[in-house]
Amino acid sequence: MTILAEEILAVNDLKKHFLTRQGTVKAVDGVSFSLEKRETLGLVGESGSGKSTVAYTIIGIYPPTAGNIFFQGQDISREVERRPKPLKKEIQIVFQDPGSSLNPRRSIQQILELPLKVHHISTNQDRTEQIEKLLGMVELPVSYMYKNPLGIGGGERQMVAIARALATNPSFVVLDEPTSALDVSVQAKIIKLLMQLQEELNLTYLFITHDLSLMRNMANRVAIMYLGKICEVAPTVEFFQNPFHPYTRMLLSSIPVVSEREEELKPKKVISRGEIPSPVNVPPGCSFHLRCPERKEICSQVDPEMVEIEKGHLVRCHL
Amino acid sequence: MSPGLLDIRDLHVGFDVYGGMLKVLNGVNLTMEEGEKVGLVGETGCGKTTTAKSTLKILPTPPARVFKGEISFRGEDILKMGLAETRKVQAQGISMIFQDPTAALNPVFTIGEQLMDAIRYSSLGDSLSKQKTRERALKALRDVALPDTERIMENYPIQLSGGMRQRICVAMALATESQLLIADEPTTSLDVTIQDQVLRLLGTLVKEKETSTILITHSLGVVREWTERVYVMYAGCMVETARTKELFSNPLHPYTQGLMKAVPKLTGEGIAEGVSGRIPDYLSPPPGCRFHPRCAHRMPTCGEESPPFSNVGNDHQVACFLYKE
Repeated sequence: MTILAEEILAVNDLKKHFLTRQGTVKAVDGVSFSLEKRETLGLVGESGSGKSTVAYTIIGIYPPTAGNIFFQGQDISREVERRPKPLKKEIQIVFQDPGSSLNPRRSIQQILELPLKVHHISTNQDRTEQIEKLLGMVELPVSYMYKNPLGIGGGERQMVAIARALATNPSFVVLDEPTSALDVSVQAKIIKLLMQLQEELNLTYLFITHDLSLMRNMANRVAIMYLGKICEVAPTVEFFQNPFHPYTRMLLSSIPVVSEREEELKPKKVISRGEIPSPVNVPPGCSFHLRCPERKEICSQVDPEMVEIEKGHLVRCHL
Repeated sequence: MSPGLLDIRDLHVGFDVYGGMLKVLNGVNLTMEEGEKVGLVGETGCGKTTTAKSTLKILPTPPARVFKGEISFRGEDILKMGLAETRKVQAQGISMIFQDPTAALNPVFTIGEQLMDAIRYSSLGDSLSKQKTRERALKALRDVALPDTERIMENYPIQLSGGMRQRICVAMALATESQLLIADEPTTSLDVTIQDQVLRLLGTLVKEKETSTILITHSLGVVREWTERVYVMYAGCMVETARTKELFSNPLHPYTQGLMKAVPKLTGEGIAEGVSGRIPDYLSPPPGCRFHPRCAHRMPTCGEESPPFSNVGNDHQVACFLYKE
C-alpha cells in the first residue's frame, strides 16, 4: 500500500493472536484500513469481535503478531516501550470506563499534570495554567482540579479522561467506546464536545463502538468487524443507504429506534440468530456463514476476499 | 375502574446513610392492568430498580426504609403483608429478571440445580417429584430456544455465553408461571443482535403465557418496540405516562423531550445537546419539582410545590405545571 500525503494512519494486514491453554485466540486476523487526517472512522462490532484489540495494538499496549501499522509514514508496529517518545504523544486513547481508567487516589490536577511532565510540555511555573486550559477545553470548572475522580459524576470523569488524552496535543485519538457506560443525555454532551474539539484541534479519531445509530451521526466512514476481520467498509451515508453484507443488514435491522422515520430507513427485517463463535475455533470458510441467512455451498469452504463494489465501499462476501 | 393487577400509590422510599437519608423515591405512582406490557424508562440512578425491588419486597431494610405509600398487587397491599403471604407473592405472583445474568446466577451450582430450586420454591409445599421438577426445568430451557438442554442442565454458568445466561434467567423467571414479570434491563449487557433475540423470545413467551410485564430500561428504542404503555421516571418521580405510540409522537414533559432529542438517530441529523446539568443529590433534593433546576421552562411555582399528574387527554398524564388545566 502506498502512503498518501494526507494519510495519517495505515494498518496493513494486522494480526494479533493470543496463546491460551485452549488454543490460539485469533482476536484480530488480517485487518487493513487507513485513516485520513481529520477523519473519523467508526469501528463497529459485537463484543468479542476484536475491535478493542485493534485499538490496543495501534496504541501499542500489545505488539502485533503480524502486519504493519504506519503512522505518518513511520512504521510503529511494535509495543509502546519501543516507540520514539515524540511519536507517543501524537497517539492517545480514551478508554471505555472512566471509573477504572482514572486513579481514584489522585486528584484531577495530578492526573492531568502527569502527561505534561512526561513530555516536558510545561514548565513548573505555567503548569497550573495549562491544567486550567485543559479543563476549560472540556468545559469543566477550574475548581475541579482539587477534586478526585470519585467525587464527580460519570460524565464528568469521562471529560477528565478526554482532557488527559488531549494534554499532549495529539493528532490522533483512539476513542474506545467512550460513551457506552453513560446515559443518553450525558452521551449527547460528550459527543458534541468531541466533535467540536475535532474541529478546533484538527484531530483524527478512530471511534470504537457497538452503537450504529451513534456512528451515523459521528463518523465519516464506518467499518464493521466480525470475528477479527473487517467485513464491510463504506462512507457513512452510503453505508446506511446501501448495506451489503448480510451481517451488516442483520445488525441494522436489530437496532431499536425511536421514530417512524428511522424505521423506514432500516433494511427489511433480518431475523438475527446464533451468536458470535469463539475466536479459538473459527469456522472454516467465511466466519459468518453459520449465522448467515443467505449462505451458499461455497461459504463454508472458501473465505471470501475483500471486493470493492463501489468507490470506497468494500465488502467481504461471496454474494 | 377495575382494581388492576398492580397499583403503586405515592410510594416513598429512603435509604439511611451516614449524613442523613437519601430520599430516593418521592411519590411514585404506577398502575397496570392484567396482561399489559409496561415500560419504565429513566436514566441511571432515577430509582427504577428501587421501585422494582420494593414491589418484590426484596429491598434490604435497613438501610432502605419505605415510609409512605402502598403497593397493591391484585387488591392486597404488599407492604402490609406478613412473611408467609410475602413468600407466596414472591414465589407465585411476581418474578424478576435482573440486569446482569452473571451476577444473578450462582457460579458454584449447575444451571439444573438452580433452575430446579426455583421451580420447587414456586410450588410452595405441594411436593413435586424429582422427575417432574426435572421435566419442568427441561421444558423451560426448551421454551427459551436453547439447544441441547440435557447438557446445559449439567453446565455451570461460566460455561455459557452472556446471551445464553440471560436466556437461563428468562427461563427461570417464566418457569414459575407467575402473573407479573419484572424485567430489569434484561438486555443492557448484551449486543444488539443478541438483544433482538432475547427480546423477541421474551415477547413470544409472555404472549403465550399471558404474563403481564414491566420492562425497565434506559433504552427508549427498546421501549418503543416492545411495550404498550410507558412511564418516564426522573429522580424518583414519575414525570410522564402515556400509551407508547402517543408518548413517542407527542412527548410533553421537558425532561422527556430532552431525552428523546439526545438519542442518536439513524437519520443522521446530528445530536442535540441533551439535558444540561445532572441528576440531583438525593440527600437534599431540590424542593418542588425535582427537575426544575435543569428545566428550560421553569416558572416560580416549580421551585415551591411539586406538580401533580395532570391529564392531558388520550390517556396521557404529565407531572408538569406547563400542562396544568
